[in-house]
Amino acid sequence: MRRYWRVLFSFWRTSLLSELEYRLNFSLAVLSSLGHLVGNCFGLSLFYRGNSSLGGWPYYEALLVMGLFTTLQGVNRVLLSPNLARIVEHMRTGTLDFVLLKPIDTQFWLSTRRISPWGLPDVLFGLGMIGYAAHELSLPAAQLLWMLGPLALSALIQYSMWFALASISIWYVKIHNVTEVLNGLLAAGRYPIDALPGGVYRFVFTFIVPVALLTTVPAHVALGHGSSSWLWLSAAFALAAFTFSRAFWRHALRYYTSASS
Amino acid sequence: MIARGVRTARALFRLYLANMLEYRAEIYLWVLASVLPLILLGVWAKAAESGAFSLSKVDFIRYFMAVFVVRQFSFIWVIWEFEELVVTGNLSQQLLMPLNPVWRFVASHITERVVRLPLVLGVVGVGFALYPDAFWLPRATQLLAAAGLLGLAFSVRFLLQYMMSMLAFWSERAAAIEELWFVVYLFLSGLIAPLDVYPEPVRRFTELTPFPYLIYYPVNLLLGRGVPLGRALLVLGAWGSVAWVAQRYLWKRGLERYTAMGN
Repeated sequence: MRRYWRVLFSFWRTSLLSELEYRLNFSLAVLSSLGHLVGNCFGLSLFYRGNSSLGGWPYYEALLVMGLFTTLQGVNRVLLSPNLARIVEHMRTGTLDFVLLKPIDTQFWLSTRRISPWGLPDVLFGLGMIGYAAHELSLPAAQLLWMLGPLALSALIQYSMWFALASISIWYVKIHNVTEVLNGLLAAGRYPIDALPGGVYRFVFTFIVPVALLTTVPAHVALGHGSSSWLWLSAAFALAAFTFSRAFWRHALRYYTSASS
Repeated sequence: MIARGVRTARALFRLYLANMLEYRAEIYLWVLASVLPLILLGVWAKAAESGAFSLSKVDFIRYFMAVFVVRQFSFIWVIWEFEELVVTGNLSQQLLMPLNPVWRFVASHITERVVRLPLVLGVVGVGFALYPDAFWLPRATQLLAAAGLLGLAFSVRFLLQYMMSMLAFWSERAAAIEELWFVVYLFLSGLIAPLDVYPEPVRRFTELTPFPYLIYYPVNLLLGRGVPLGRALLVLGAWGSVAWVAQRYLWKRGLERYTAMGN
């Protein structure tokens, strides 16, 4: 276990050092996150200009959901997406061989090898939105801390879905962009699930791409409404998804032929 | 001269169509990845039930359906490909050929649209199955006008991004500038909401930028609503000309700097 922490530390140090070669990118990343922040708040306010509300959620509660979404996206950009492109590349060129030979869990290596600091502005702005919304709603700090639990579950769900999808490229290298579909669907997470119409929409975004669990459930916990059964569902889903992603990866590996193009 | 141009164009088109057909699975996934307008369709349709907007529920559904279609024709990715050509030095091979590399990008972008079309129509079909009340067919003249404006919007957006691609000669990560551009595009083009629900000053500001002419106005043409065509042509024409001149200039200056490093 300690060995894994040491390895993780040196992975992150080396990839940070190489990313910091591109410092101009950081200012661009900050600018683009700032643009998203302003645009998202503006976009949200449009619903309330027409005296409507997002599925009965007042503005600041919806802002809290938006903040959670932005934070998760930021975490995604820091931890997940820099590794994703490389996984497919390893399979396409056959360099996965070298990773398999290393005396360390392959899934761990593939998922943690890189981090990118360019998602940090999103994380910070997202937390800022959460803080601002919580202040306006005068939520107690303790309740916000409670939210960290379900938020961690959200991150785990996101990771597991993402890794399982990336594993598919062992069979089909050409569909390397399948995780983009996931990303596109996750965009629904910026709104509370009640903002979506019932029927097909609600079904897809609760059970197939569980954005309801990703952002609405943590918001419920912070706001102190909703029932605890959602929380249990979230925990069960996270555990199942993580176990599945590991089992699926092992299964997929048996089909890896080390063929290069 | 012209005969040679036509022959080259046909060869490029056939080549890239075959190429794109080979990657159809990937292209279909890109279509499915661009469902944001359909998510917004659901959210706005539900919000319109309880709110008082200048558009009705059916209007919103049609609007976002049309946004989905229009957006399929305005995806441009030349900056990522160009950046890679320059960073890896592979641009050198293309410079040896008696054809400006830009035509390859043009051909790949156009043929990709052709491969995309069947799934786009399929998704629209599913959308109308979900909301049969919203079904409508644009008149032939509207369709023709929308196609014309879309073609122009596509060219202008392509030129603007190609102009930004030239930064690859100076920086290794030119594509970062596209991300910044995309943020503005996302919020000012009418992608996230019809400009009708924007506050008046914001809306008037967007009309000075090229963005609403890329999504909002082509969509309105499809919906059969009034569109200031003259102004659209003027604004798009102006931005297109600026981008054309700038990309020619930057291309020449860039080639002087280009060292084919990495090859």
